[in-house]
Amino acid sequence: MNIHEYQAKGLLRDYGLPVSDGHVVLEAADAARAAGALAGPIWVVKAQIHAGGRGKGHFKEADAGEKGGVRITRSAEDAAAQATQMLGHTLVTHQTGPAGKQVNRIYIEDGSDIAKEFYLAVLVDRATSRVSFVVSTEGGMNIEDVAAETPEKIISFSIDPASGLSAFHGRRVAFALGLEGAQVKQCVDLVSRLYKLFLEKDCEMLEINPLVLTTSGTLKCLDAKLSFDGNAMYRHPDIAALRDETEEDAKELAASKFDLNYIALEGEIGCMVNGAGLAMATMDIIKLYGAEPANFLDVGGGATKEKVTEAFKIITSDPNVKGILVNIFGGIMRCDVIAEGVIAAVKEVGLQVPLVVRLEGTNVELGKDIIRNSGLNVIAGDNLADAAQKIVKAVKG
Amino acid sequence: MSILINKDTKIIVQGLTGKTGTFHTEQALAYHGTQMVAGTHPSKGGSNWTGSSGETLPIFASVAEAKEATGATASVIYVPPAGAAAAIEEAIDAGIELITCITEGVPVQDMVRVKQKLDASPSRLIGPNCPGMMTPDECKIGIMPGSIFQKGSVGVLSRSGTLTYEAVFQTTRAGLGQTSAIGIGGDPVKGTEFIDILELFLADPDTKSIIMIGEIGGSAEEAAAQFLKDEAKRGRAKPTVGFIAGRTAPPGRTMGHAGAVISGGKGGAEDKIEAMRSAGIRVSPSPAKLGETLVELLG
Repeated sequence: MNIHEYQAKGLLRDYGLPVSDGHVVLEAADAARAAGALAGPIWVVKAQIHAGGRGKGHFKEADAGEKGGVRITRSAEDAAAQATQMLGHTLVTHQTGPAGKQVNRIYIEDGSDIAKEFYLAVLVDRATSRVSFVVSTEGGMNIEDVAAETPEKIISFSIDPASGLSAFHGRRVAFALGLEGAQVKQCVDLVSRLYKLFLEKDCEMLEINPLVLTTSGTLKCLDAKLSFDGNAMYRHPDIAALRDETEEDAKELAASKFDLNYIALEGEIGCMVNGAGLAMATMDIIKLYGAEPANFLDVGGGATKEKVTEAFKIITSDPNVKGILVNIFGGIMRCDVIAEGVIAAVKEVGLQVPLVVRLEGTNVELGKDIIRNSGLNVIAGDNLADAAQKIVKAVKG
Repeated sequence: MSILINKDTKIIVQGLTGKTGTFHTEQALAYHGTQMVAGTHPSKGGSNWTGSSGETLPIFASVAEAKEATGATASVIYVPPAGAAAAIEEAIDAGIELITCITEGVPVQDMVRVKQKLDASPSRLIGPNCPGMMTPDECKIGIMPGSIFQKGSVGVLSRSGTLTYEAVFQTTRAGLGQTSAIGIGGDPVKGTEFIDILELFLADPDTKSIIMIGEIGGSAEEAAAQFLKDEAKRGRAKPTVGFIAGRTAPPGRTMGHAGAVISGGKGGAEDKIEAMRSAGIRVSPSPAKLGETLVELLG
């Protein structure tokens, strides 16, 4: 689960970490007051969307101005004006895709005098199965680019969960960043607070990019990106409350309410599959035969008839879908349950596009009978390859 | 022969009294008499579990008691995510040799803690978020459908449950059958990696060939490929077919499995396929051709 930058900074502040003063703006009417509450002389106005690259992005609408999603201003009035300009408009960055994302929230914060920019991230490293720190002197840049071009500038180490974090870990970060004197001490404190936040809130990834050294010689978290382990949200109602549903695809949101694992894609063939691996492989095989998947959808192992019906409705609500492939290998999931769900859904929402169903595994004959006897125009797939070829042919001709 | 489990394996079910535990325990008992010997529940010790066909198993309050009373060496966990880590830790402390955690949705930091404990113990953990394992005609731990298996010569290992079924089904169709099939699970932090299982399959004389199914995310497939390469130099090699799911997955999105995400330019399908090829693994172009590709490779 992702949260906004201003929410992340609120958490950092709660943990005693150095961040700039700032205020969030949800409606244009609040912009002047939010900007006026800051001392200046520099106001930074930042669009809040769940995507990176905001500064280099651009707005779709002309009346949002030519500048990107992060704007530096020298007066409270201008800050409020820029915030009002951006609100409600669509920001396109390299991470949003061409459709962009509507900006519904703006964060206005005090500007900082920057002497140096660093990179710092905390995450669970699957190779060591431990929490790891990743730091670099190359802050403010895309870390993937740094990794590709100058990998020697990235330093990474993991923390033994039994003994936990020690001061030497903090010093290791400080020395890697070339800090000196009192800065080292501040860095040790900062690293220990970040680690505490990461553990206590079940973070998946905590990225400070950039972490800056100000001209007055202190460290500050200038930008912050936090994501959380969705599986642990049951024990963090405070974090779960930060979820901004307007940031999520409407179909994905509907799917999550039914505990379906759905991801919208750009293609024309809707897929309904059980199991994440088979769902990905089904997308792959559609592509192999020359078409593109419209979605990833894992109905899970214990899906009911109702869940299958909802899944089908979500797939058909996508106007790009020109055909549907249902691919089920029943283990826990019984093929007759899937068949009944599909039939119920088709009866409810109608069937405007070709539908290929491939069933295998538990109760497969029963499932096939239900489909065959339904009188509906459903194409049976004999196996995975046959089913994929049939749906691609039905769509592409 | 087989790996990890056979007809003599005695298994305790942690979380037997729930709906999922009950259903799959009935299935396991019905599968060539898999030796499910007891269940555990902290407040139902001393009672009996009864399945829908009248099967009964004793319930103990703890894994340690159940092990003491039955001599079981394995356990399977069906408890909900919030209690799964504690269930694994209890099994480790009780000295269970082989622990399988089916539960999906265990918080990753719980697994960081569990992994630490596991590494300092003699126990082996399969999972979490996995379909379990099978040795055809002998033993079924977990949720795989027994009907698609056939005793034979292929060792199957996979991060994905339903793709394990594809590999099993296709090798059964091809008349090759399986020695054992192991689903290691789709989470980023898990008990057992590909390498551990490959080592067992290489050492098992009845396993004549291997199908290994990976997916995007992490670098376990690359590590496994390197392992097979190194072992081949030592003269230990078996014909191996590989497949990687997620070639078409967009970067930065988690595809169902918490572990299946391409991030930071790492974990992409093409790198994994290349690593497999360079280790002499025959990579199947399609998930529908796992069996066919293996038959071709075996000549």
